[in-house]
Amino acid sequence: MKPSTVAEPGRARLSPRQKQRVTRIVQYVVLAIAAIGLVFYVDWPNLAQNFAKVEVARETLPELFTIALKNTVVYTLGGFILAFFFGLLFALMRMSQVAVYRWIATIYIEIFRGLPAVLIFIMITFLPVALPGFVLPFGIYGSVFLGLGVIGAAYQAEVFRAGLQAVPKGQTEAARSLGMSASRALFTVVVPQAVRIVIPPTTNQFVMLLKDSSLVLFLGVSSQYVELAKFGNDLASEHSNATPIMAAGITYLLVTIPLGYLARRLEKR
Amino acid sequence: MTTPHAIDVRNLHKSFGDNHVLKGIDFTIDPGQVVCVIGPSGSGKSTLLRCVNMLERPTEGKVFVEGVELTDPDVDIDAVRRRIGMVFQQFNLFPHMTALQNVMISQQRVLKRSKKEAEIIARENLDKVGVGAKCAARPAELSGGQQQRVAIARALAMNPDLMLFDEPTSALDPELVGDVLMVMRKLAEEGMTMMVVTHEMGFAREVADRVVFMDGGVIVEEGTPAQVIGDPQHERTRAFLRRVLHPEG
Repeated sequence: MKPSTVAEPGRARLSPRQKQRVTRIVQYVVLAIAAIGLVFYVDWPNLAQNFAKVEVARETLPELFTIALKNTVVYTLGGFILAFFFGLLFALMRMSQVAVYRWIATIYIEIFRGLPAVLIFIMITFLPVALPGFVLPFGIYGSVFLGLGVIGAAYQAEVFRAGLQAVPKGQTEAARSLGMSASRALFTVVVPQAVRIVIPPTTNQFVMLLKDSSLVLFLGVSSQYVELAKFGNDLASEHSNATPIMAAGITYLLVTIPLGYLARRLEKR
Repeated sequence: MTTPHAIDVRNLHKSFGDNHVLKGIDFTIDPGQVVCVIGPSGSGKSTLLRCVNMLERPTEGKVFVEGVELTDPDVDIDAVRRRIGMVFQQFNLFPHMTALQNVMISQQRVLKRSKKEAEIIARENLDKVGVGAKCAARPAELSGGQQQRVAIARALAMNPDLMLFDEPTSALDPELVGDVLMVMRKLAEEGMTMMVVTHEMGFAREVADRVVFMDGGVIVEEGTPAQVIGDPQHERTRAFLRRVLHPEG
């Protein structure tokens, strides 16, 4: 030890270890005060009555899973498939030799990443009015697929662009040197590698779409099309009790937390 | 009419922005010849090699391969590249495919060989370079030397007329260099036309028909290995060889 760092004798200074101990004790004390405050100042029976009422919770079953969760998953998957393919298309357009394609892709991405998803969903409700005779396939499902797909494609395009750029230039060179055309090299060699690279961020995108599917709330759908958020909201109004919202929230977490965990696992690989 | 040169480069210039890398290269390789290009880093030797299959577009000048002008904008470059095998310093194997698939894919997609035929030819070539036992392995599971030999097999499976090697052993651990050089030596003995950018003076001396020394974007001198490596005429060549052969001074 260097002599200069030793406390001078006779001076009442705390050693680093003592300081650490004091800091830790202070933290525990603060925590204990907060916990005691919570226990005594919150009206627990009333809170439980409003957010975790067993009778109301029972009312949510089995539709919470058979209709609401099912629809959430269907909406998300449909939107995700659209987002995936159009995302790849816009990413390739953004890297195209043709300037007009690059502009179209850039404008699309900037617009739909910049707009709140709610706005898109509300606009979709006006589509049949604005375009008489225009019918989306799959009815309500089609509307939600479109809403989620339009937003998801903009984000997914940026994910794919990053993935495509992460594939080393030598890969394309090797493919071209073997006589592959530029497009064959792209689809045989570069895209398959890019897709692997983007699996973790794409999983996160999927979680984002899953949460955005709650915007079905703004479409005013009948009971067979409700997903978790609208299901929870409708039942909560009906019972004047927040328990169904809690149930919906927990159901979201049952899906999103494992997916987030999966994404982190894949990222490490 | 005489048979055309395998490679014929005329007054080749290449610039990257303000950086004038090749400053008028004239250079030919005849069928069956092995030519080693040596020189300090930054001398333009890799760029010259990459211009031969148009991975770099020359700024000025012409490149002919087997009589076909590659610098002609209307040439079908993919068709010409099929006849030119290329081996890279960093191997550039396709990491999402097994060794066997790496060697099969362009046979199937470019030459339209059947899967069965491509597999037979792939296995032959992997055996030939000594990695036949590694067919099912992914590139990440192979040593650098094995990867580079798979890369050579991948190029050979296309039945190229000539092979370009861009510092094929520079990224290898020293103990793995020998295996790759042995494969290249075997190819040379079979009569393959080869252009090799390399720092391996032993290989150049023993295998090359001709050695080209480049520095500062020009060919300083060329000739037989005995002339260029054994009895260099230019001071720049001598200085380079001194540094390479006696790095400790």
